[in-house]
Amino acid sequence: MTELNKLGLAGARDALRAGETTSKELTSACLSAIEDAAVLNAFVHNTPELAMERAAAADARIAKGDAPSMCGLPIGIKDLFCTKGVASQAGSRILQGFLPEYESTVSQNLADAGAVMLGKLNMDEFAMGSSNETSVYGNAVNPWRRGNEDTPLTPGGSSGGSAAAVAADLCLAATGTDTGGSIRQPAAFTGTVGIKPTYGRCSRWGIVAFASSLDQAGPMTKSVRDAAIMLEAMCGHDPKDSTSADLAVPDFEAALTGDVRSKKIGIPKEYRMDGMPAEIEALWQEGIAMMKDAGAQIVDISLPHTKYALPAYYVIAPAEASSNLARYDGVRYGHRATLDQGDGITEMYEKTRAEGFGAEVQRRVMIGTYVLSAGFYDAYYNRARKVRTLIKQDFEQAFAAGIDAILTPATPSSAFGLGEMTDADPVAMYLNDVFTVTVNLAGLPGIAVPTGLDHQGLPLGLQLIGQPWAEADLLSAAWRLEQSAGFVAKPAKWW
Amino acid sequence: MSIDESTAARVAKLARIRVEPEALPALAGEFNTILGFIEQLGEVDVEGVEPMTSVTPQQLKRRVDVVSDGSQQERVLSNAPDAREGFFAVPKVVE
Repeated sequence: MTELNKLGLAGARDALRAGETTSKELTSACLSAIEDAAVLNAFVHNTPELAMERAAAADARIAKGDAPSMCGLPIGIKDLFCTKGVASQAGSRILQGFLPEYESTVSQNLADAGAVMLGKLNMDEFAMGSSNETSVYGNAVNPWRRGNEDTPLTPGGSSGGSAAAVAADLCLAATGTDTGGSIRQPAAFTGTVGIKPTYGRCSRWGIVAFASSLDQAGPMTKSVRDAAIMLEAMCGHDPKDSTSADLAVPDFEAALTGDVRSKKIGIPKEYRMDGMPAEIEALWQEGIAMMKDAGAQIVDISLPHTKYALPAYYVIAPAEASSNLARYDGVRYGHRATLDQGDGITEMYEKTRAEGFGAEVQRRVMIGTYVLSAGFYDAYYNRARKVRTLIKQDFEQAFAAGIDAILTPATPSSAFGLGEMTDADPVAMYLNDVFTVTVNLAGLPGIAVPTGLDHQGLPLGLQLIGQPWAEADLLSAAWRLEQSAGFVAKPAKWW
Repeated sequence: MSIDESTAARVAKLARIRVEPEALPALAGEFNTILGFIEQLGEVDVEGVEPMTSVTPQQLKRRVDVVSDGSQQERVLSNAPDAREGFFAVPKVVE
């Protein structure tokens, strides 16, 4: 078997169990692929010794016939997850040098399932961004290119390093997090699969907080089957996160029947945006036809408050961020500014945060501070939370009317060039999340599946949105869509 | 609602982020762009709508009120930029 790093989780798992390869071989193949791909800037902290140690332990477990679900499978971990003794700085200067004394629940769950961590992955600073351009490590680069051009493209964000690494076969799969689309948009930009589960499915403990009522972790993988395997390993109740749901975790892989014959798939008319590229509309229509051919009933639905999701998000997420990021004060961990003679504690806070936070993070913290400040709390923050209630009710009404899942585009465009949005105002960048952000506001599971290429040869994805806690059904419908679309394109290796 | 430079300066102060005076006009401009976008929320009829507090209806779990963790002073201080004699050290707070 050659190029072991090109395997997915299911393929590698089966090869390991059949004794066709070892975790050490798989891990070495990924480590050398990572070394070769420094230009993609996807992995930002490598842990090869730790990886080989865990691979050896996994091989021993497999030999004993005691292999848990992800035993020996090498993966990447987004820099947002705290990993014991391994740099975890959320793509920010303010956490430079921070070495957690503890392990996040999700990365611990993956380790307990036998997964092998290869290192930490690039991301937008504090997960605030849609292009991985706000990272202290510099841009992550999409392995995909437009035709024969060599313009570097964004892998999307905020989980840009995760998406680039999976698409370029530097690891078999990676963790991501999604607050407004940060798993699904980069998955769509790189031809990979990404699922954000229902809010509460994965523990948030040990994941650097951005907007706590919206943040969820999820897998980024090469196939829907891999997403099912990895999600199952990641989620589960955690007493250390009071919002983590005490619900049994289904066998997601076993649920992949692809039978959608009794299912009603909703097509929301509000997702047909003005100025949406014809290619996105065509991709959506193809997806609708695929689900129909598979026996699903297609139903036009209305989610009337869709238009207000992004404005509500840009009140709620910055408000929560301003509160969550108050902890970065130069006292307990991370960066502290060098102080001048006579500087007191206020100067220490102000200088530390000015030096430690990048421009986008500063902007969002200040917007959040403003919308929570006396006199504006009701007009902005409370109003946004009321609109959030209405957005959730839109979905509840659709589900009450018998809709099982909703099919939409994942992004309003394919991957754009790094730097192309630099001169645009911040709101133009925010529009990347127009199809994904509603799902976070309503706490629902959503999955991006690659289904086609645009005229430049870049991947495009569709999104399926499920009912709360119905990830098993959602994955099964996504698997059907994946099988029908038959997307197998990979980026040509130029790095 | 339009944000002027003095409001931008006040917000920066509240957020404890130092912003140089020459950066304030651009910052105020960005705030106004974002707030202009957010203003759309004013179009929505929210009469009688409850503000969302929890996206998934759930009863918060309770646990027995006992000490379950602690005695980790060294680990707690291990990442501090400045720690002395078992404490976090900061510039003088009171005169």
